[in-house]
Amino acid sequence: MRQFIQGIAENNHYQATRLLQMLRQIQSRYHYIPEAAIEQLAGLLNIPRTQIISVVEFYSFFHLSPRGQYELLISDSITDHMLGKKNLLGYLADKLAVAVGQVREDGVVSLDNTSCTGMCDQGPAGLVNGYALTRLDRSKIDKIAELINQQKPLEEWPSELFQVDDNILKSGLLLDQQFEQGAALKSALKRGVKETLAEIDKSGLRGRGGAGFKTAMKWQFCSEEQQTERYVVCNADEGEPGTFKDRVLLNSYADQVFEGMTVCAAIIGAKQGFLYLRGEYLHLYDKLQDILEQRRRNGVLGNNIQDAGVDFDIEICLGAGAYICGEESALIESLEGKAGIPRNRPPYPVTQGYLGKPTVVNNVETFLAAAGIAVNGGDWFANIGTEKSKGTKILSISGDCTRPGIYEYPFGVTVQTILNDCGADDVLGVQIGGPSGTFISNQEFDRKLAFEDLATGGSFIIFNASRNILDMVHNFTHFFAHESCGFCTPCRVGTSLLQKQVDKIVEGHGSAGDVVALEELCQLVKNYSHCGLGQTAANPILTTLQRYPDLYQSRLKEISYEPGFDLDGALETARRMANRDDAGAHLAQTQMESEHE
Amino acid sequence: MSKTITIDGKTIPFEEGQTIMDAAMAAGVYIPHLCHQPEFTPHGSCKLCTVKVNGRNCSACTYPAMEGQDVLNETEELIDDRKKITQMLFVEGNHFCPSCEKTGNCQLQAVAYHLNMLDNHFPLFYPDREVDASHAEVMIDHNRCIFCTLCVRASQQKDSKDVFAISGRGIHKHLIVNAESGLLKDTDIDATDQAAHICPTGAILIKRTGYQVPIGERIYDHKQIDQVSLSTEHPKHGE
Repeated sequence: MRQFIQGIAENNHYQATRLLQMLRQIQSRYHYIPEAAIEQLAGLLNIPRTQIISVVEFYSFFHLSPRGQYELLISDSITDHMLGKKNLLGYLADKLAVAVGQVREDGVVSLDNTSCTGMCDQGPAGLVNGYALTRLDRSKIDKIAELINQQKPLEEWPSELFQVDDNILKSGLLLDQQFEQGAALKSALKRGVKETLAEIDKSGLRGRGGAGFKTAMKWQFCSEEQQTERYVVCNADEGEPGTFKDRVLLNSYADQVFEGMTVCAAIIGAKQGFLYLRGEYLHLYDKLQDILEQRRRNGVLGNNIQDAGVDFDIEICLGAGAYICGEESALIESLEGKAGIPRNRPPYPVTQGYLGKPTVVNNVETFLAAAGIAVNGGDWFANIGTEKSKGTKILSISGDCTRPGIYEYPFGVTVQTILNDCGADDVLGVQIGGPSGTFISNQEFDRKLAFEDLATGGSFIIFNASRNILDMVHNFTHFFAHESCGFCTPCRVGTSLLQKQVDKIVEGHGSAGDVVALEELCQLVKNYSHCGLGQTAANPILTTLQRYPDLYQSRLKEISYEPGFDLDGALETARRMANRDDAGAHLAQTQMESEHE
Repeated sequence: MSKTITIDGKTIPFEEGQTIMDAAMAAGVYIPHLCHQPEFTPHGSCKLCTVKVNGRNCSACTYPAMEGQDVLNETEELIDDRKKITQMLFVEGNHFCPSCEKTGNCQLQAVAYHLNMLDNHFPLFYPDREVDASHAEVMIDHNRCIFCTLCVRASQQKDSKDVFAISGRGIHKHLIVNAESGLLKDTDIDATDQAAHICPTGAILIKRTGYQVPIGERIYDHKQIDQVSLSTEHPKHGE
């Protein structure tokens, strides 16, 4: 092991900023991060061991105790549940003789849940040693169990298990555009970088992650900073449940995305860029490296790009299972080899980003659009869309519809149009923008996708009339509690309290006053949390409570007070110790319950 | 002419580079806080110092003061919400004031009194946390840690050591120490280190000193935390 760790540190030039990448290799080799590895690495990188431990304990894909040689994770997105995930997980656990959350005694396999893996159009999905598994069903699970029990190396597993489809079902401005490698750069350099920035400004392009900050303004701010060292970061940490468009863009449009980053670098004067790729998209890593290598060979990446004196290169950094790293300042922390904890702002990344230097962080789709604008000019983009939302939006559509996949629409499209196109009938409502977005009911399908009405990063999950909204709320609320970084009190404690309160109501233990208490707690978490995660964690509750207040009320008991815990269950130890199980050794949960008995 | 902001309608001067907290303290205005101590880099995590700046919630300890800001501090809404945030800190750990040797000297308890907190409001988590009594002179009771990172910062910034760190994610956050064994006794902490004395709660204690000052004669037994905070944390208001 000593040699292995030494090699890793050497290959990463003993840079602590590369800590996540090193830990990924160690986890992959040993299926945990051994204590000895931490000690050795701390010495080699000259950082305290606590820094390494805190990173290991922050990211879901790192472990201090051994996982199985086959680390199986099953996606816990609501869309996986809608496709029968729960039954499949039980079946899988039986087949492999391992409990969920456990390692099998022989150490061969471990099984657990994981947050949405970005395969909602082809779920139920999972990961085995980081590689995506799609369209799981009983026959595939039989196959997987057999392969694991035979201890077949992953390279020998049938490729159909790992097949990931693009499912592009409706293309528009961006998905239809084709240009030769280097064409966007050539146009940008020919036009002049200032003039190209002006075209991007004219295009009206706003950030595609969902927040919608004007792209040209961000690039301008960054270019005006005094410091000469600047960075370009592409945020491919697509963690919002129900979003998978960046997976498709990086699978089939990566060259254009990299070109967009390079155009940005030329404009702001950056020499180094990063693609922060979520760990769940490990299957794309080699392909993306090949594309970068090819770009270097063709003179559109590296030193003196297109003989125009532009130096710029891109490095791919993989995440390790943390939704919060989609927040730009948490992403930067992660790029620096630390836990993904959002920074205090100001200063913003455009002034103090990666290593304290001015940094542009944009979504994958934003760079793709910027490349197109560099080629075709601002009007090409601005002529489409609405007044405040120019251009098109690429949507990830999943849930109850016959044709889930990728759809590109001009901004301003109505929800009804989308539902018609993707084959959705008898719709109860749609979750727009993922759990952090808005749930809309079937009374609102004339609403438009645009920053003026329903802003979205692209997640579009459809629920038909057979679904229970509270199941969705339950799933989303647990998701946020699991993904809270824990930095600030309102989110760390608040998301766990929300989870407890939702569980209480959904499981039928709520009583009068519990819905009011829930709403009050929602407002507290929303108004006082440090970053977007906490500020939106209560949205699933708030947006459904507003639309279906009766649904929540109907779960409450007709009593004034219901204890927050299981009274009878709490007596279990005492009963065992007293060796009693008669009626007198039991307590009813509520007064009413005991009167009825 | 110096620049000014207003806090609850009162005009307060500030210098470039000051946070709202800095300006408020210098002017003798108390804003409740637990993770903040003026001598360390502001952290902004406890959120007790949340104020409304031109209608938007901001952490006073990290947010820069800027000309013309209209800051609200002591509104009914903010006081009530700060109380709830304090209640959150109480329920996530195991805080039993009557049996804690820090009672009367505890900032968490004092802030709770200041905000008129009379109950826990939220259900208790009763987490299973440990006590590290391995060190001869200093002990950690993890039940009382509120993750303010003051010990982490004090160790790095004052003691030039790296004894503490916060690890884990979300509700599983916990304090760790820099020793292969994970025990305080194997770290390079000294009982004279500032990190051993900075804890606002009873999570890090010096052994055998818990009851040297009797209950009834402790810091917050006769004074409110606003008064103590201003006089100890800002030289201008010292006695």
